[in-house]
Amino acid sequence: QAEAMIASKKMDKEYLPIAGLADFTRASAELALGENSEAFKSGRYVTVQGISGTGSLRIGANFLQRFFKSSRDVYLPKPSWGNHTPIFRDAGLQLQAYRYYDPKTCSLDFSGAMDDISKIPEKSIILLHACAHNPTGVDPRQEQWKELAAMVKKRNLLVYFDMAYQGFASGDINRDAWAVRYFIEQGINVILSQSYAKNMGLYGERAGAFTVICSDVEEAKRVESQLKILIRPMYSNPPLNGARIASIILNTPDLRKEWLVEVKGMADRIISMRTQLVSNLKKEGSSHNWQHITDQIGMFCFTGLKPEQVERLIKEFSIYMTKDGRISVAGVTSGNVGYLAHAIHQVTK
Amino acid sequence: LAAYRTDEGQPWVLPVVKKVEQMIANDNRLNHEYLPILGLPEFRANASRIALGDDSPAIKENRIGSVQSLGGTGALRIGAEFLRRWYNGNNNTATPVYISAPSWENHNSVFVDAGFKDIRTYHYWDAAKRGLDLQGLLDDMEKAPEFSIFILHACAHNPTGTDPTPDQWKQIAAVMKRRFLFPFFDSAYQGFASGSLDKDAWAVRYFVSEGFELFCAQSFSKNFGLYNERVGNLTVVGKDADNVQRVLSQMEKIVRTTWSNPPSQGARIVATTLSSPQLFAEWYDNVKTMADRVLLMRSELRSRLESLGTPGTWNHITEQIGMFSFTGLNPKQVEYMIKEKHIYLMASGRINMCGLTTKNLDYVAKSIHEAVTKIQ
Repeated sequence: QAEAMIASKKMDKEYLPIAGLADFTRASAELALGENSEAFKSGRYVTVQGISGTGSLRIGANFLQRFFKSSRDVYLPKPSWGNHTPIFRDAGLQLQAYRYYDPKTCSLDFSGAMDDISKIPEKSIILLHACAHNPTGVDPRQEQWKELAAMVKKRNLLVYFDMAYQGFASGDINRDAWAVRYFIEQGINVILSQSYAKNMGLYGERAGAFTVICSDVEEAKRVESQLKILIRPMYSNPPLNGARIASIILNTPDLRKEWLVEVKGMADRIISMRTQLVSNLKKEGSSHNWQHITDQIGMFCFTGLKPEQVERLIKEFSIYMTKDGRISVAGVTSGNVGYLAHAIHQVTK
Repeated sequence: LAAYRTDEGQPWVLPVVKKVEQMIANDNRLNHEYLPILGLPEFRANASRIALGDDSPAIKENRIGSVQSLGGTGALRIGAEFLRRWYNGNNNTATPVYISAPSWENHNSVFVDAGFKDIRTYHYWDAAKRGLDLQGLLDDMEKAPEFSIFILHACAHNPTGTDPTPDQWKQIAAVMKRRFLFPFFDSAYQGFASGSLDKDAWAVRYFVSEGFELFCAQSFSKNFGLYNERVGNLTVVGKDADNVQRVLSQMEKIVRTTWSNPPSQGARIVATTLSSPQLFAEWYDNVKTMADRVLLMRSELRSRLESLGTPGTWNHITEQIGMFSFTGLNPKQVEYMIKEKHIYLMASGRINMCGLTTKNLDYVAKSIHEAVTKIQ
């Protein structure tokens, strides 16, 4: 619908400002921070349009390399999205890790994470997945987020949130942004990368945003000026199409309502596939504990399958997943969930 | 910013673009899925073909590659990042990069941010004679360390509007070949400059025919009027297919950490247009419309200045080409134009010819006349 509106308005193709479409960046900040957020209302933030999640992460990485002189180290959860490491490395930073996923329980190694984070040198950079951790699907519970916030505050770490699945994870945009908002409320001036690839299905249109929460409006202006200096020699100014679609959706009340329903629909389908997979496994007679499949959230699921089992699934059942046992739940349908459960049971019984 | 304007002073969405956008909107087979890392295949092939020519020996010999990029800037940056990592050694940040004096000011930033430490200028604009300083340029090339990178404007030099003649390009190529200098073309105005795609690509194609390996950063912002869709292409011409494959494989890694994959909308418009003979003809017509209007404004401005008897010579206005013209006005005269006449030029005396219309030609000519006669 937003595309039809755009087509009917016959707009021109003039360059966007370096920082992108203003209506889009403002709406993006509001979506992430919440309309009642003090940081948002006071204007002590800067949001620039980025080339989807990757481009936004890269802007942030370059910004840190140039201006964050306290540390060259970025701490990623173990494991993290495969592209995080090369992005930060190419930006000139170094990568470290903190424990995150516990393969024994297929869930969060919370004590390991807290232990590692407690030892991170002060003023280092820590990257956190806001929701729907990629690739494991394992997110901290709210009480755990609270403890993580207290710890990073204690260690005086620079917090970089990667939020690629707001709305797409639980179906509720506020719930999915809870951690980001909580950290900011605790006085942690985070930096944030957002993507509209999944939650608006705008993948190839490359709509994203990079935000820096600042102490005040003046600092935000200075930061914006430096971000523009970084962006211009990369691609001058960002592509309009995806940002305009996203902006119209976010800023038009009726369309925004429809979008919230649609994104919940996508999230619900994923959640339903998780539930069906587990119930089908039980029906197959599997005696294993598959609770992690429904405990995990988002597009991906770390099944706990071992490499040999994965190989059998590929060879004998033509079911494709990565060696670490990760499946894309988005690829599961009511038509194939039974087959998938059957195959998994065969290789694990 | 550098954008075309109609005679009414308005932005112009090309008729063929509107048509193709409607086609795309109505095509239910299309969705918003990710493009491949290197971009839309039909776009990449067509874009490079436009630059190199249908009968390019490099295309025939399968030794070209293409990287869809975010505008011309994106193509420059990806090319710069590749060269810094893999050209003239591994991660050799000391390879000199030569940029024309003057040039588009973002050229410098692109290569600095890509990690190059030794950025130099080469002589280009001769302010005294208001033309190309060919001897200075060739001298700089003779003295440049072997394997230095030279950023060359394929046509419609920004900001001077002054291009080497074919004969001068031949001399430039001869020196570059002898000194093993790497040609990195910036082609932002193909078609837009003269109205002819072939004419505006002559230099690039000549270098290819002389056996050079080269990069050509292409922008479709101006010639397709697709400014905010960020449509660009980095054309790679290599020694052989194997070489090019290896280059592209490294390019993928660079793209992956910069923007992962490029935006689809603009590339689809260009690919659809270039691959249909009828749409291509319509596009060519639209491009010629833009080029002809600028050429007309140049000739009209020059004739007015000559009629007014404005001191100095004004043939450079029509000898220069493209969107910009180096008028020759000095900073004080420029200040007069801006403050007293509300005509906006850069301090360099650069004027955007697209800002001229039949309605304001007289006013602009008169104002230049005043500036030149009143202010020294």
